[in-house]
Amino acid sequence: MSMIELPRPDASVVARRLEIVAALQGLVPAGSVIADEDGRRAYETDALTAYKSMPLAVVLPATTNEVSLVLAYAHANGIKVVARGAGTSLCGGALPAEDVIVVGVAKMNRVLEVDYDGRFARVEAGITNLAITKTVSAHNFFYAPDPSSQLACTLAGNIAMNSGGAHCLKYGVTTNNVLGVKMVLITGEVVDIGGSYADAEGYDLLALIVGSEGQFGIITEATVRILPASEGARPMMVGFESAAKAAICVARIIASGILPVAIEFMDKPAIEVCEAFAKAGYPLDVEALLIIEVEGSEEEINDRLAYIAGIANELSPKSIVVSSSEEQAARIWKGRKAAFGAIGRLSDYYCMDGTIPLANLAHVLEQISEICTRQGLKVANIFHAGDGNLHPLIMYDANAPGEIEKAELAGAEILKLCVAVGGCLTGEHGVGIEKRDLMTVQFSQIDLDMQMRVKSVFDPSWLLNPAKVFPLEGRPVPLAIVPLSPAAQALADRHPPVAA
Amino acid sequence: MSNVLRPATEWELQSMMASLAERHIAVEVIGAGSKRACGRPVGASAILSTAMLRGITLYEPTELVMSARSGTPLSQIEVELAARGQMLPFEPIDLGALLGQQPGLQTIGGVFGANLSGPRRFVAGAARDHVLGIQAVNGRGEPFKSGGRVMKNVTGIDLARGITGSWGTLAVFSEVTFKVLPLPDDLVTLVFRGLTDELATELMCAAAGSPYEVSGAIHLTETLARRLRTGELAEDKKSLTALRIENFSKSVDYRKGRLKELLVAFGRPDELDLDLSLKFWVELRRFSVMPNSAAQVWRISTAPRNGPKLVASIRRHVPVEAYYDWSGGLIWLEMQASADAGAADVRRAVASFGGHATLIRADDAVRREVQVFQPLTPAVSRITQGLKAAFDPLGILNPGRMYANL
Repeated sequence: MSMIELPRPDASVVARRLEIVAALQGLVPAGSVIADEDGRRAYETDALTAYKSMPLAVVLPATTNEVSLVLAYAHANGIKVVARGAGTSLCGGALPAEDVIVVGVAKMNRVLEVDYDGRFARVEAGITNLAITKTVSAHNFFYAPDPSSQLACTLAGNIAMNSGGAHCLKYGVTTNNVLGVKMVLITGEVVDIGGSYADAEGYDLLALIVGSEGQFGIITEATVRILPASEGARPMMVGFESAAKAAICVARIIASGILPVAIEFMDKPAIEVCEAFAKAGYPLDVEALLIIEVEGSEEEINDRLAYIAGIANELSPKSIVVSSSEEQAARIWKGRKAAFGAIGRLSDYYCMDGTIPLANLAHVLEQISEICTRQGLKVANIFHAGDGNLHPLIMYDANAPGEIEKAELAGAEILKLCVAVGGCLTGEHGVGIEKRDLMTVQFSQIDLDMQMRVKSVFDPSWLLNPAKVFPLEGRPVPLAIVPLSPAAQALADRHPPVAA
Repeated sequence: MSNVLRPATEWELQSMMASLAERHIAVEVIGAGSKRACGRPVGASAILSTAMLRGITLYEPTELVMSARSGTPLSQIEVELAARGQMLPFEPIDLGALLGQQPGLQTIGGVFGANLSGPRRFVAGAARDHVLGIQAVNGRGEPFKSGGRVMKNVTGIDLARGITGSWGTLAVFSEVTFKVLPLPDDLVTLVFRGLTDELATELMCAAAGSPYEVSGAIHLTETLARRLRTGELAEDKKSLTALRIENFSKSVDYRKGRLKELLVAFGRPDELDLDLSLKFWVELRRFSVMPNSAAQVWRISTAPRNGPKLVASIRRHVPVEAYYDWSGGLIWLEMQASADAGAADVRRAVASFGGHATLIRADDAVRREVQVFQPLTPAVSRITQGLKAAFDPLGILNPGRMYANL
């Protein structure tokens, strides 16, 4: 299996498993604690399936108060906790360990308030991403971030990872769409930050919390922006003989003053697989395909697509297809959105997520191909070109000895390349365990120390989502411990540490 | 300001901060100093200005990204962007005139340090939403970076955004990198007259909830509308509600028509053409409707539909004039000067309707006594103090600027 080091579980905690389960069953309704092996197995991994570990116990609380009780207990007893949404993390963000309690928020999925005048929705954080849009779509509103896993993934997980999606070129990512959260700290204390208004008071705690990968607390509720949907939207496809030309086309579209809602890029291997799966009508004789979507009224859409076609035509594309019906538009997107699944049917794959300055696109794609060839692996590229967020899918055979290690080596090289050209390790999937040890490529020790000091403010005893995000060496940074508030102290007193 | 430290390079900034930290010398951090009269008075024996740290270090129009040293004047950045048909989408406001200074002085570091966003904020996001990366020096004198220059980046904790809006109390920016957008081709402003605050808010919310991408929605009470300088808007002697539509000319025409149909119940609006519209929205950004005077000014953020109720509940105790922005979600309140700046009434109203209030203009003495920024809950206050300790354990950066204990 794998090359990423995971700390040895604390044997003294593992030995107390039954006692811990009993204590948890005393805190929340018994049916909310999963203790049997089969039940726990469903939580032993996330979408980074190469890594697995059976947790001590899984708790599925139904209320903020239950989350608070569980965390206060864990804190008082020094037990680590991993928060979990739907378990769709691609970077091992929800991977448990044998000495942790998994706290899943999926049961908390109610819509609490929708205000169309104020353009916000207050929801429980276990709600799925798509369910928010479904709730408000009858009023022609939507929730903007649209990760490919939006049918399954929870808002809690989106907040933890600061998820993006295909349409964030225009509408931003999760951090741009969250107005407030209710968060339970490891002490069990419940904190409300922000609300149904713009720019929360004081320091921008939301900025720190969104994308903190479960390191700071467990989000149980959130207020998110909902936006009025445009009158319509339609994509066009432009195929080019080279990635370099496609990159120039993207740059020219953006420089022209048009901001499409999405610009997606696929290379030849990706086009072939997706076309075979979705029959979207993708051209098979091109090296690079752009899917460009614009919004507005019917006339505005036609105008803008014609304008973009004009820009593309100057580069002599091999094909241009403007979708002429909703059905065709849906097919084009189906191919793109099903891309990962379609490739998954052919081969195991390892999906990377670096972001690069767009000017380096052609060079980086060439290098990616060389890196993978050196490891004897194939690669397909599908990504958000408008914002330079790459998704190379490195294909390997999990049953062939040594292949996953090769894929991981190639992946690490690709991410180092992204950083070297001025980009970053991860654009939307997060660091998790996967990129933890590469953080020193992008950040200096002082940069990391600053991040870890902030982690220590929220979770001084480092019990939340252990062994993720920060390299294992050099952590945690000692910090003058902030004294517990009276409320948190009271919670701690209720759960005196269990005698060893 | 003779004894001002003026680093001209990142290295100088770092050395000066390290030296101040070593000696435990508290420092007031400023850019051009255009907002020194805002926030709590800082008790510091030294001043550090970033005004010599200037220059645009990166501009890639095709990637919608710019980097600039923190002391670069905003005006220089806006000129550079306009020359390539681009802009700062969050349209930073200029508090200069409101605080009794010339407009146009502020630096890009000051804009992000105070998270200043203008009328387009409710659709385009705030200053903080456009931050891509920062380089800064903390209160230990350590240089650090966060984020980068690419549009999508979730690598590690988002310190770049976290520091934005901290009024120089956590770190001193040496460089900021931010997202820019194309300038719209054309714009038009629809102006409705004589609506009450309640009706105006209804109108603004209906417009903002429509698919026609309204990019500005403001309402001025009559007294404030009479101070407008654009065209003959002041002469009508009525409250004024304005909607902005920006896009390609054809789209502007189409959307304008649809909006008029949608809002027909609110009366027939006048239209400001491109030239007048540009003047009007610049005038709002520069607060010519709240020129410097002894009157005190509050800034209140709330849920849009609660705006008029919140203002009415303050008005029951003290006469106020209101400038509603962000389709009603942001309220600038002007009131006659008093020793406590009406803080009790403002805080009570905000507590019952939700949101937060900041005292923007008042004498030093008043700002020393009254809580200038929104008081925090005990839990948030403790996290806030923890963050201060993480970035500036000696408490030397802008002590007391936001909160007395910070």
